[in-house]
Order: sequence, then structure tokens, then C-alpha cells
Amino acid sequence: MRPFVELTGVSHTYATGGTLAVDGLDIKVNEGEFAAVVGPSGCGKSTLMKLATGLQFPQKGAVVVDGKEVRDPVKMAGMAFQAPTLLPWRTTLENLMLPLEIVEPHRSRLRKHKAEYVAKAEALLESVGLKGAGAKFPWQLSGGMQQRASLCRALIHEPKLLMLDEPFGALDAFTREELWCVIRDLHARMSGTLTVILVTHDLREAVFLADRIFCMSSRPGKIIAEREVEFARPRDIEITYTPQFSDIVHDLRARIAEARATA
Amino acid sequence: MDAIADFLLNGWPVALVIASAAYVAWIFAKVLMSGATDRAKLSLQLAPLICTAGTFLLWELFCKALSISTFVLPAPSDIAISLWQFRRQIGLHSFHTAWMTIAGFGLAVAFGIALGLLFGASRFFYAGFYPLLVGFNTVPKVAVVPILVIWFGVGWLPAVLTAFMISFFPIVVNVATGLATIEPETEDVMKALGATKFQIMTKIGIPRSLPYFFGSLKVAITLAYIGSVIAEYNASRFGIGNLMARASADFNVPLLFASLIALAILGVGMYMATVWLENRMTGWAQRSSFAAG
Ligand SMILES: Nc1ncnc2c1ncn2[C@@H]1O[C@H](COP(=O)(O)OP(=O)(O)O)[C@@H](O)[C@H]1O
Ligand SMILES: [Mg+2]
Repeated sequence: MRPFVELTGVSHTYATGGTLAVDGLDIKVNEGEFAAVVGPSGCGKSTLMKLATGLQFPQKGAVVVDGKEVRDPVKMAGMAFQAPTLLPWRTTLENLMLPLEIVEPHRSRLRKHKAEYVAKAEALLESVGLKGAGAKFPWQLSGGMQQRASLCRALIHEPKLLMLDEPFGALDAFTREELWCVIRDLHARMSGTLTVILVTHDLREAVFLADRIFCMSSRPGKIIAEREVEFARPRDIEITYTPQFSDIVHDLRARIAEARATA
Repeated sequence: MDAIADFLLNGWPVALVIASAAYVAWIFAKVLMSGATDRAKLSLQLAPLICTAGTFLLWELFCKALSISTFVLPAPSDIAISLWQFRRQIGLHSFHTAWMTIAGFGLAVAFGIALGLLFGASRFFYAGFYPLLVGFNTVPKVAVVPILVIWFGVGWLPAVLTAFMISFFPIVVNVATGLATIEPETEDVMKALGATKFQIMTKIGIPRSLPYFFGSLKVAITLAYIGSVIAEYNASRFGIGNLMARASADFNVPLLFASLIALAILGVGMYMATVWLENRMTGWAQRSSFAAG
């Protein structure tokens, strides 16, 4: 398996001469893998995402995505954030169509093959449990439904890279677990072609969803631990209550605590 | 054509009275036919009518009780008589004022959108021209009217230009604000998809600034109206402003007040038209999260 996203020795500050936001990041995520980045807030997780998608450029180090050094925004990544960022003047379906109006080859095909794309968007909505919600405006949906729609928007153009920045942070525990399963299934459906990087501060979320977990120290963010999660897929939500699962969560906790103590 | 114009000039106060009476009757009917629960809410619609009528009634009583001369403060009844007597002149001049206002307002909208888009799209222009624009906006426009008269003579052009100059600023600021306050995360989503600056403008910036734009229209129309009346007062042979200038030269106080009432009616009409437009065009913004924030 080849690495899809690779950061080597990446350091970044927002203001010249300011304190570093991230310091010497080394990260390698393979194609088709589901990676999670955990760390305390303010440690530079969102910065890492921006670096990996070419929305920010590192002062030091190299960022390589899909075999190419990143010099511009990557032009193909799907992104979802803690806030659903749906456009309130568009219906949910129209919101989903937004990436298709921008990304080629869909952009030039959209006008002629409208019906086909609408059907695809509706199928995607159905697969996340939003059947029939396409005609509604985002403000007519609950927070969890908006977040589902936001995930669909991130995936409609079949990106090779999906970036999720604490997408479940604002949801209640039940909705969050439902959405874990939604994202797990979406990833499984794109078997091996979709690389996901999930930023979170929830260790259980990371362990349940990810194949590989990176732990970051507090600012300036460094990678202090990396470990693989070997549970077989598809994973059932029940595994989060098994001792093996708890062991991994504990292990990660301990490593973060240790790094904080020595820092 | 002339017959229609003549009919309108003679009959507009009657038409206005009939329309208002019909409106009041319609609201009364709604209140009477509604159930007990809706009644409280609907009665609120009657409140403006009651309060307006009450104010004029108090005014009338005040003038009559103290037998104040019409020369100082005419009672509403005197004003109504004067309004009827001079209805042709008032109608004609109101029409002229409305024209000047709408023409100036139209220019302000076109120019305001163009400049607002430029400012929203380019930080250089925003930073560079903003102070100049604020300076221009703080100059009292009455002071500019004489210059316009020197350039263009007495006539309709100074009125239109004054209306334009006084009213474009809020439009520029609001359009630029709408563009400049795109949520950074939305912008990130767009950029990571490979969107160009132009695509971000047209797909996010412009739709997003529409509520700001339509919100600014009601401020702009009021300002344009002030501008055209000021210019007419000082440099025109037409318009309510000019009518008032002549009425005050003749010490015709009831006519002066009748003109004021006509101004108020016209102003409320134009304001309501823009509010209606705003509600129609940007219904989504009233319910979404950004109406609050
Ligand atoms: N646009 C920005 N300008 C200046 N500083 C920033 C900016 N974005 C983030 N930072 C700083 O960089 C650090 C890392 O931020 P971020 O990557 O958002 O952390 P996280 O997502 O882990 O909470 C923080 O201390 C924050 O203050
Ligand atoms: Mg963050």
C-alpha cells in the first residue's frame, strides 16, 4: 500500500516570528486508510488538516498528497467541520450539488446529466438516513441531520481524500454514535479508494473508527504517539464495550498523559 | 393620457381615503371573524390605526381647545382642507419627488452594488478607498447642492444626484460586509474543492450578501428621499420640496403642513415597498442562523 498523505518534518506558524502552531510533524497515511488525529484543543489539529489540504503552507518540511507535493489547495478533498456550514439559501439537495458545480469532470457534465446527479445525491441522502429531506432547507433539519447532510456534501463528488475536523463535536452522545456508524459505512462502501483523516478529541471515537491513530501534544503540536487499531471490519458499535477496546483507549490515554507530564 | 392624469390629480386623496378605509374594514373583519385565541394577536394589527387616529385627534383637540391660530399650528382639519384645495399641486409635485427619489435610488443601487462587490473582492481597494468614502459620506449634502447647481443648473439633475450621493453609502458598506464575512470554514470547503475566487464570490459571497443588501435598501430609500427633497427645496422648480419653499415664502402654513403630510405618506409608501421586497427576496435569512448572528 502506498502512502496517500505524507507530512515530513512539517512546522507552521500563523504569524512570522510567532510561536509555532505545529512543530516537526511526521505523518504517513496509506491510501484507503482511516486515520484519526487526537489531541487537546488548540494543539494544531485543524492546522494539520489545513496543511494536508494545501489551505496553509508549511514554513518547514514537505507535504505530499497522492504522490505530489502540495503547492495549491488540493482541488479534490471533501471536508466537514464541527459546524455543518450548509448554505442556508440552498435546499439540502442543492447544498449537496455544490461540489459538483465546482469539481471536474462533474462540473461540465452537470447540466446535461442533471437527473443522474440528482438521483445520486438522493441515494446518498437515503444511505445516511435522510430520505426525502432533500427538498428541505438546512434550518428545517436538526443538528444531527445537518451534520449528515454535510458529510454527504463532502462525499458527493467521490473524493479520494475526506477531511473531518471534529465533525461530531457538537452532537449529543446518541446522535454521535449513530453518525459513527454512518461514516463507517460510507468509508466501507468506497472500499480502499477513500482515505479519511478524522480530527477529534474523543479517544473512543478515534479507536472505533480508525485504522491508525496519531496523538498530538499540546501546542506546539508534535506527534507523540502513533498506533494501529487492528479490529476487523465491519466493526459493530458493541465492540466499544469490550475489554480489548477499553485497553486501547487506556493505552492511548496513558501515552498522552505521559507525554504531557514529561513536556 | 391627459384624462387619466387629470382624474388622478383630482382624485388621489379620495382614492387614498377609500383604500385606507377598505384596509381598516378588512382588518376589523378579520378580528371579528377570528377565534378567541387569534383575537389578541390580530388586535395588535389595529394598534397602529388606533394610535395614529388618536394622535391626530389629540392634535385637533389641542388646537381647538387653546384656539391656536392656523398661522402657528394648523389643526388636522385645517390641513385636510388645505390638502384638498391644493390636491392638484401636491399630487403633481409628489409625483415629481417620487420620480427624483427613485431615479437617484436606482443609480445608488447600481453604483453601490458595483463598489460593494469591488470592496468585498479586493482588500486593497477596501483599505484604500474606505477612508475617502467615509469622508465623502460625512459631508452634509446640502453643502453640495450649490455646486451641483453651478454645474447643471436648476432642474431635475441636482435632485437626482443629491438623492444618489446621499444614499449609496449604506449599500456599498452592506454589500461589502456580506462578502467580507464569509465563514472561513465555508471558504475552506470551497477552496479544497478547487473553487476559484470568482466561484467563491458567485456561489457563496453574493447570495450571502443579499440579505445585507436588501436590508440596506430601506435605509437607502429614506436617505434618497431626504436628498431629493433637500435639492428640490434649494434648486428646483418642481417637487414637494419646492412647493414647501414657496408655501413658506407665502406664509401659507396649512399648505406647508399639507406638504409635510404628503411627504410622510409618500415616504412610508416607498419604505414599505422596499421592506416588502426584502421579505420576498430573502425569506431564508429571516429563519436561518445568520439572521441572529
Ligand atoms: N488563522 C489563525 N491565525 C492565527 N493563529 C491561529 C490561526 N488558526 C489557529 N491558530 C493558532 O494555532 C494553534 C493551533 O490551532 P488549531 O490548529 O485550530 O488547533 P485545534 O484544531 O487542535 O484546536 C492555536 O493555538 C491557535 O491559536
Ligand atoms: Mg480545531
